[in-house]
Amino acid sequence: MSGEEPPGGTNGTNGNGNGANGNGANGNGANGHNGNGHNGVPAARGAASDVIGVRRGMFGANNGGDTSGYGGLVRTVALPGPASRPYGGPRTGPGTEGVFDEIADELEGALEEQDLLPENAIEKTVVDRGELTFHIAREHLPRVARTLRDDPALRFELCTGVSGVHYPEDKGRELHAVYHLRSITHGRLLRLEVSAPDADPHVPSLVDVYPTNDWHERETYDFFGLIFDGHPALTRIMMPDDWQGFPQRKDYPLGGIAVEYKGAQIPAPDQRRSYT
Amino acid sequence: MSTSQAHATASARETTEGTVYTVTGGDWDEVVESAARADDERIVVNMGPQHPSTHGVLRLILEIDGETVTEARCGIGYLHTGIEKNLEYRTWTQGTTFVTRMDYLTSFFNETAYCLGVEKLLGITDDIPERATVMRVLLMELNRLSSHLVALATGGMELGATTIMIYGFRDRELILDAYELITGLRMNHAFIRPGGLAQDLPPGAVDHLRELVGKLRKNLPEYDKLATGNPIFKARMRDVGYLDLTGCMALGATGPILRSTGLPHDLRKSDPYCGYETYDFTVPTTESCDAYGRFLIRLEEMRQSLGIVEQCLDRLAPGPVMVADKKIAWPAQLALGPDGLGNSLDHIKKIMGTSMEALIHHFKLVTEGFRVPPGQAYAAVESPKGELGAHVVSDGGTRPFRVHFRDPSFTNLQAMAAMCEGGQVADVIVAVASIDPVMGGVDR
Repeated sequence: MSGEEPPGGTNGTNGNGNGANGNGANGNGANGHNGNGHNGVPAARGAASDVIGVRRGMFGANNGGDTSGYGGLVRTVALPGPASRPYGGPRTGPGTEGVFDEIADELEGALEEQDLLPENAIEKTVVDRGELTFHIAREHLPRVARTLRDDPALRFELCTGVSGVHYPEDKGRELHAVYHLRSITHGRLLRLEVSAPDADPHVPSLVDVYPTNDWHERETYDFFGLIFDGHPALTRIMMPDDWQGFPQRKDYPLGGIAVEYKGAQIPAPDQRRSYT
Repeated sequence: MSTSQAHATASARETTEGTVYTVTGGDWDEVVESAARADDERIVVNMGPQHPSTHGVLRLILEIDGETVTEARCGIGYLHTGIEKNLEYRTWTQGTTFVTRMDYLTSFFNETAYCLGVEKLLGITDDIPERATVMRVLLMELNRLSSHLVALATGGMELGATTIMIYGFRDRELILDAYELITGLRMNHAFIRPGGLAQDLPPGAVDHLRELVGKLRKNLPEYDKLATGNPIFKARMRDVGYLDLTGCMALGATGPILRSTGLPHDLRKSDPYCGYETYDFTVPTTESCDAYGRFLIRLEEMRQSLGIVEQCLDRLAPGPVMVADKKIAWPAQLALGPDGLGNSLDHIKKIMGTSMEALIHHFKLVTEGFRVPPGQAYAAVESPKGELGAHVVSDGGTRPFRVHFRDPSFTNLQAMAAMCEGGQVADVIVAVASIDPVMGGVDR
């Protein structure tokens, strides 16, 4: 937990401080430009957080009169932002640098050997809660993954699949694909994250590098509509073949139905009051 | 559409209600006839989705040439219940109720992976009380036993050996009785919660568990006697479902499948959580890469798990089972009422009679839940089937923003084609049984 004071600090205030809305909004205003404006351009290192959305009001009362008094509530949602060196991480021995720095050094070195500028491939590096995340420009994902798998100093042999995340308010990078790579040789874990806009939901497939991603990418396509270019047979895997829409997207309704209980109508879970 | 035939065997006619198709029988006879006429015996067979040998609603699509499987594919998704989507509409604590139903044979592993992820996001990993962590390990290792017992029982049954099936379910029932004593339920417990556990052990549970360990110690050698040296068993399992280390790494196979290649990869050793580094146990491996090796590994893992359960029982020291932070800890303690489970009357008396603050607190935590700082975390545990990972994302709200589970059954099932193609039809059953997929986990 040593190398992550800056993001950790802001987390605390964001998480608890729904009352401190003025602070949150102001404090993150400057970073908001970083978070949204870095398509193709690497984000400035050292920015505290990445704003992915703003929540207003409470109890789901977004239309109509504000009878709760909570309608003016504004909460800025900011994910932990890019970290700066040293990244830290667990140490292998006294006096050595943290494992995260070691991984970053090796990866940057290996990419340079292939005449790929690390700044172009790695959009930003996030260290949060003791986990290392590389945000990769999507066109460079297969090359980075292959390097991580094959470089003897990295050797991330095992990919634990891909998880999609939909951030509808993160304009220009709504769809994220998150990969967790495990190195059995070195006993390390690493997260890769790529993003694609809703308008162009394409990410290169990693099936060539990690064949295990075959079903995982089909699952992510099925639920998020992320198209993995180069996948051998990108079809739905869970939903029926003729299903319309992508169920795990945030704009796709849960589709619950109201239930009568002891004479009262209990609304479906997505229609109930909520605190966000 | 024209009035010509829509299909070779279906005629169509227009009515006021729309097009009506008439499908007449006989097409199956034609298929059989044409297959018989053909000079080869190539045929595509659908196994499932409802077949006793396929572990639930797994559909296997086999292209067979005589008795040889030339191509094998899986059809999954028949048990998709949208658990990951549903989690986004409930509080963080309610999430355990959903995840416990994913792979219903490994409930405690699902709950622990999810809770470890949430706790990592909350930053309270180090605050979980010792007793809660020891009980989590205890429940998980009992769960490993019950899951492996089902794997052995159903695997044996699929070979036609009903005795091992009856033995396996007999011993699993003993473990389910212990679950019932501890959590109140045989399955779908929702017992492990973010921050700790729902409840402490009931009185007499430690004695019951010690007795259970004794019984299982006596019963486990029976599987050895029954199956390990059995020539029919060996003939059916040896060199069947072969997948070597390269194949495992490429296909992401973990758990007994990976360890049957000789690689002792076990997250309890390589990336310890819940204090596993302080327990004394070994990771069994074999080098045979086949179904028989996986069977032996499961047997040995059960013995090791019994040892861990005993160590847990020795370690259980009195103490809390929930974090001290009252903003996270679920306030209500349950008590057994005359109608089964219910709220503790003492607790209700306190919040309704003497402390309005406690009542408000209780109400807010139950209806609103707690907020989790924005960010993402990945927590992985070694489930009986392999690496069970939970990718948990929060936007700072009282509900998960996104939870994704990397279920080992889902990933391991991809290896089915590699294990079965080129083998015999009867060996498909053995190979799939050695993967031990549970469709609740595969489809979620």
